[in-house]
Amino acid sequence: MTAINKKQQNSVNNQAKAWREFHSGRWQEQIDVANFIEVNTTEYTGDESFLAPTAEDTKLIWQQANDLIQEEIRNKSIKVDLERFSGIDNFAPGYISEEHERIVGLQTDKPMQRIMNPYGGFRMVENSLKAYGLEMKEGLAQAFNEYRKSHNQGVFDAYTKEMRLARTAGLLTGLPDAYGRGRIIGDYRRVALYGIDFLKKQKLQDLENSRGDATEELIRHREELSEQIRALGQIQNMAARYGFDISRPAETAQEAVQWLYFGYLAAVKENNGAAMSLGRNTNFLDIYIERDLRAGLITEADAQALIDQLIIKLRLVRHLRTPEYDELFAGDPTWVTESIGGMLDDERSLVCKSSFRFLHSLTNLGPSPEPNMTVLWSEKLPSKFKNYCSRMSIETGAIQYENDDLMRPIYGHDYAIACCVSAMQIGKQMQFFGARANLAKALLYAINGGIDEIKKDKVTGRPLEVISGLTPITSEYLDYDEVMAKYKVVLAKLAELYVNTMNTIHYMHDKYAYEAGQMALHDSELHRFMAFGIAGISIVADSLSAIKYAKVKVIRDENGLSQDFEIEGEFPTYGNDDDRVDEIAVELTELFANLLKEHPSYRDSEHTLSLLTITSNVVYGKKTGSTPDGRHAGEAFAPGANPMHGRDQSGALASLNSVAKIPYHCVCQDGISNTFSIIPDSLGKSEDEQIIHLSAILDGYFRQHAFHLNVNVLRRELLLDAMEHPEKYPNLTIRVSGYAVRFNQLSKEQQTEVVNRTFHQRV
Amino acid sequence: MQTGYLHSMETMGLFDGPGIRTVFFLQGCPIRCAYCHNPDSQACDTGRTIEVKEVLDTARRFRPYYGSDGGVTFSGGEPLLQGAFLRAALSALKKEGFNTTVDTSGFGDPRYYSKVLPLVDTLLLDVKEFSDQRFQELTAGKFQTFLDFMNGLKDWGFKGRIWVRHVMVPGMTDNEESMRELVKCIFPIAEFVERIEILPYHTMGVAKYTALNREYPLAGVPPMDREEAKDYEIYARRYFRQYLGRFRSRKIA
Repeated sequence: MTAINKKQQNSVNNQAKAWREFHSGRWQEQIDVANFIEVNTTEYTGDESFLAPTAEDTKLIWQQANDLIQEEIRNKSIKVDLERFSGIDNFAPGYISEEHERIVGLQTDKPMQRIMNPYGGFRMVENSLKAYGLEMKEGLAQAFNEYRKSHNQGVFDAYTKEMRLARTAGLLTGLPDAYGRGRIIGDYRRVALYGIDFLKKQKLQDLENSRGDATEELIRHREELSEQIRALGQIQNMAARYGFDISRPAETAQEAVQWLYFGYLAAVKENNGAAMSLGRNTNFLDIYIERDLRAGLITEADAQALIDQLIIKLRLVRHLRTPEYDELFAGDPTWVTESIGGMLDDERSLVCKSSFRFLHSLTNLGPSPEPNMTVLWSEKLPSKFKNYCSRMSIETGAIQYENDDLMRPIYGHDYAIACCVSAMQIGKQMQFFGARANLAKALLYAINGGIDEIKKDKVTGRPLEVISGLTPITSEYLDYDEVMAKYKVVLAKLAELYVNTMNTIHYMHDKYAYEAGQMALHDSELHRFMAFGIAGISIVADSLSAIKYAKVKVIRDENGLSQDFEIEGEFPTYGNDDDRVDEIAVELTELFANLLKEHPSYRDSEHTLSLLTITSNVVYGKKTGSTPDGRHAGEAFAPGANPMHGRDQSGALASLNSVAKIPYHCVCQDGISNTFSIIPDSLGKSEDEQIIHLSAILDGYFRQHAFHLNVNVLRRELLLDAMEHPEKYPNLTIRVSGYAVRFNQLSKEQQTEVVNRTFHQRV
Repeated sequence: MQTGYLHSMETMGLFDGPGIRTVFFLQGCPIRCAYCHNPDSQACDTGRTIEVKEVLDTARRFRPYYGSDGGVTFSGGEPLLQGAFLRAALSALKKEGFNTTVDTSGFGDPRYYSKVLPLVDTLLLDVKEFSDQRFQELTAGKFQTFLDFMNGLKDWGFKGRIWVRHVMVPGMTDNEESMRELVKCIFPIAEFVERIEILPYHTMGVAKYTALNREYPLAGVPPMDREEAKDYEIYARRYFRQYLGRFRSRKIA
């Protein structure tokens, strides 16, 4: 046999071995993981009683890992690899406890050690190191800056004055112009199912087929494919350092988990995107696990240990960040989002035993914000799974829920969530992340003629014009029609600026910080979204409601800029299921979405929009002056699409109903985020009742075409924090039978008293 | 009259009857219990008006959450004081297939009992105390009035189920003998009773008295220990079953 034939025979043999017993389908001829899952997954409609406890070796590894995590928090110091920069194959292998780990692989050669990624921005790396009193190896800085330009430098070379002003003023915030954009989900399952050789072969074929007129588009496409092929080789080399040959497909459950993890690990060695999400992997891994269980190769305890140890690795992922970034996204989040459940079609769900196993890690290893457990909820999900999820929510507060019935008609059954709420078909769609625009400040610009209400010119100290070509409102009382007309003009200009800013950012990101390792695990022809965002929707809705239904007087400062607002009379507020104001929120979201679509997007990406702020709602609040709804300057915004704290008069479900009205399809298709804070005892008298109630709340909420619910569960310690910072815990409800009051209507002193007196036993 | 007087509304009622319920707290109550946690609902001349139409519109909006056993609850205050309004509201709700609950102590407007009670699926019956003297020490109402209400339920056409509730205050009824008295007290309506709930006295209402410039009658009384209250609840339920002398077909929660 010739060398080539031998290689071909080898790969045929490998496939036969790796794919033994799997049901055949399209997936064997071409890369189609969705099809693989469709024909091989086993639905599980039972309950959680089959789950295994923590294995001994898992306990050992987790103890060591957790010690490192806690130590970092205690000492407020971090570890960084100061010798070299990021890259898929730039690091020696690292272990926690080599003899005990069933799944291996660390970002560097030491656990919890962060990577310097200069490609997003070199200055940022320096600032991060300085914040922790660290310095990189001598010569590195000089070498990099001499030979390489960063994404951040590229962006600022191209930014216009208006773009810079918008950033400074806080009209656009959180833009990925100094850090990795993230929100790209590589289809890591492909590494396990096909092995690197097969994937490389496909990409080489795609490159070969990319012919025609050498337009910019084609040239770039060919270069990207070449980068991807190179990256695939690097992933293979990286795995080889750990002693694994991933050129072939995985043959066992352990290999499937390990190969998949190598795919993800490569992504977090190469990139430091804000959100490095995992995808939708439970069904995929479950197929391998079921095969090994049937063959008696592993036990349930082994299966759980594989999942637990994968998750330990995911909990250790860290990225080097600047203090500014930490302020925006507090708590060191990595958004290793795993999407669990959902329906395969109208009859069968994608709930499998591994759906349970993943969530069970919250019990075995204790609760943790990462990986970001995201349940794709459908009314038709097996009820035992639904109740298990509710129970885990009540016990750990570590689950968010998203409406599969809303997403499946758009994306099919093989989509996953990136970050918090962004859906995309795995390996077939990606997005250009665009943070968010401050629509509350935009409203103030409508009133103040485009002049910022807080920021002054750095040099002259005079008021700063951020959006030009506008005239201010000069009347003492605000007139709804006049405000709306001017607001629409501001939004139109803002939309144009926003699209142009994003185009600039992502052009440069592709040029200077291309995620070859992740894009190699996507189809070569793929769909791109450009994901814009809105911050402050509830403030805008309430402000316009106040102007429309009450009388709002403007108190101006010596420059004629609004300083404060006086409201006379009542007005409906968003969060009470009142159409009069909820319609304003809907109308504005639709309006802004349409304004964005009027401007051409980079690489013809599809414009989408989200209502999601994460913790940046605090930063936005600081940068925005007093607003016509009664909010004071500096006060935090409500997160995402949540109503402003304290404005719900009728209870949590009215608040959920308001948010449910925001349209998803074609309007807010990048997600609508809603946080719901509960105290378990306030959900029902017994745990069984609490579980049933939570499942019923989720069913009722999603039945109304709502999109997302982050169920945030408070224990006593957090309750006291909730009183200091109620805006962090939206909808917080404390209830007992027959008791009628909004807890948040009590004064802080009263609340403290109540907590201390009433909840002294247990909350 | 289709107009009611409303104190407030709670859309996520999880302790006010079966399932998830929309709770309308009606304004006005005559008996001034010493431990009342809604003193701002006692006066008859505050609050806002509410029409039956609003009740229906609201119920329809929250129907997706009700599932098979959730629905609408009228509480307060003493909702049975507003007999005319309740009759109209409950009729309209039943016509659209909603599940109904009324939370009462038995001190309403008797002229409407025969019109209202047949429309109630679940009655939350608050049993304040079990003797003339102690009833009058705790409330401004008479024990006999409560007994008359309880004993008349069947005649007035009530055919639903009852959840008996009793607020347990430390130093008052936190003992087994009181639990036995409770069971004996409600025995005449045993056939309707689906569950007995002991509600531990809490102090979350105290802040409201300050806001109303009123003295709090139970100042200094600590909240009832919830674990203990749970134990007494278990005891009461067990005693109830034994007292009946046979295993009931209705599920005892």
